[in-house]
Amino acid sequence: MSTTTTHAAPSAAATISTGRLLYWSVQRELWEHRSLYVAPLAVAALILVGFTIGLVDLPAKLRTAAAAGGMEQRALVEQPYTFAALLLMGTTFVIGVFYCLDALYGERRDRSVLFWKSLPVSDVTTVLAKACVPLFILPLLTFAVTIVTQVCMLLVASGRLIGTGLGVWSQLSFGEMTWTLFHHLVLGHGLWYAPIWGWLLFCSAWARRTPVLWATLPLLAVGLVEKIAFGTAYFGNWLGSRLMGGPADPAPAPDNDHGVSMTMVGITGSTPGQLLISPGLWIGLALTAIFLALAVRLRHSRGPA
Amino acid sequence: MACVEARGLRKAFGSTVALDGVDLRLSEGRIVGLIGPNGAGKTTALNAILGLMSYEGELRVLGRDPWRERDALMRDVCFIADVAVLPRWLRVSEALASLAGDHPRFDRAKAEGFLAKTRIAPGSKVRDLSKGMVTQLHLALVMAIDARLLVLDEPTLGLDLLFRKQFYDALLGDYLDLNRTVLLATHQVDEIEHVLTDLLFIDRGRIVFNHTMEEVEADYQEVLVRPEKVAEARTLQPLHERDSLGRTVMLFAGASRERLVSLGEVRTPTVADLFLAVVGGAQPAAAREGAAR
Repeated sequence: MSTTTTHAAPSAAATISTGRLLYWSVQRELWEHRSLYVAPLAVAALILVGFTIGLVDLPAKLRTAAAAGGMEQRALVEQPYTFAALLLMGTTFVIGVFYCLDALYGERRDRSVLFWKSLPVSDVTTVLAKACVPLFILPLLTFAVTIVTQVCMLLVASGRLIGTGLGVWSQLSFGEMTWTLFHHLVLGHGLWYAPIWGWLLFCSAWARRTPVLWATLPLLAVGLVEKIAFGTAYFGNWLGSRLMGGPADPAPAPDNDHGVSMTMVGITGSTPGQLLISPGLWIGLALTAIFLALAVRLRHSRGPA
Repeated sequence: MACVEARGLRKAFGSTVALDGVDLRLSEGRIVGLIGPNGAGKTTALNAILGLMSYEGELRVLGRDPWRERDALMRDVCFIADVAVLPRWLRVSEALASLAGDHPRFDRAKAEGFLAKTRIAPGSKVRDLSKGMVTQLHLALVMAIDARLLVLDEPTLGLDLLFRKQFYDALLGDYLDLNRTVLLATHQVDEIEHVLTDLLFIDRGRIVFNHTMEEVEADYQEVLVRPEKVAEARTLQPLHERDSLGRTVMLFAGASRERLVSLGEVRTPTVADLFLAVVGGAQPAAAREGAAR
């Protein structure tokens, strides 16, 4: 078919690289979902206000902590910073959930998908751009906001302590905290949670309405059927370990004790090395790939809702 | 060179057949009106052409399979689905930046030029614009894309007369040239008929009329029949007959002009009259009933 080749020639010259297409697709996601960065910034501001008000009795607290000594002292000093980090993490996790549920559903609901599909951007690029947000952008953004918040907290705390002879910098291993936070966010919230993000995006592409129900009810149903049929709770435990734990318990372990703890080191159950070689992570990523592939297919075949 | 080529195009939604074996060939450089009643399959046909919907049968748009290669096809095709598909959160400046970012044929300066003629501010969001302005914005974006095929599906639906006129004036004055093909679906026929080069009627999933405007002018005549000639005129088997202000108007296809002139005043039918005759004629009961009232 010679007409095809003569036709295709001018278009081929005017292609735009996949990287650039992906960049602009991600950019549009950030324009559309301003809450992705507004919400963590608002929470950070609240934390700073609360922390500053709470500084009044800081010298007294530090003296109590010094009296306790050792690990307990460290835990007491670290506590507000860890709390800030956890609060920001929780915020961006919730935002990530709502983002994913809306990502492929909202564009069908308001029919803007008809505009996006008039652009020379493939469904694969679009879905990948949307997946990039919870997988990479949110963890990195949370990391940046948390670090800035913690540095501000340290600065105001230091200001409060001028003239008291006390200090916080010396009592905090800030470098270690930062590193722990970084790999917890990037590996944990990004990659360990990847199948959760993939599932939510799939539900968002699938649902004709209320994607939140499609995302939760089938999981509840599976757990319930398992409980009724076999009297076991493997599925629920597996989900729980995916949400709360790291790869240290790839098999269901109800006595999961390292999931949530209030120190920076405690929030991650495993080292980056352990996580990267754990089969749980890679099984999760394979599952993510399947969910995303299904989401691409659905975006291709589904018209506006 | 065929811009759109379809053979046996079929699409069913459950038991409803939306497209029932459409054969179609649109040449480049034509301005084609796709006209049909509601539910005739217009939007389904356009969705198939734009790669938004799967189909049975054969379909090539600019030599590509739209269902498999939508993203590549969209470098050369652009469309306005209908009003209000621009996302409400989008800022005008963001629309310009992102199109400049990922559309290889988008000319930002050109779009800004078109927008400068409107009252749309670069900082405004789509949700703050009126319905007419959203359409103006969409048209400005689309006209700044150097595409080979432009598809418009009821682009002026819900707009007032002034905006509709501006829309088609802008399209005609600033956009059309010999290399571009426009496929336009609408049922507001009277506003576009002077623009069109080709006329397609679609009814119940089938193309029931497919002629160039030259063919229409040469072959179709409407006669304002003198009362005493009505019986004689009927023997010539008009396509359609209606009453207009007490006079009988008949539409003839391929009749000799000399013969028709003897029956009454002869004129070229409007697209609307033609549509009523061809498509309305397929539903004689309803059409006659309407005419009798």
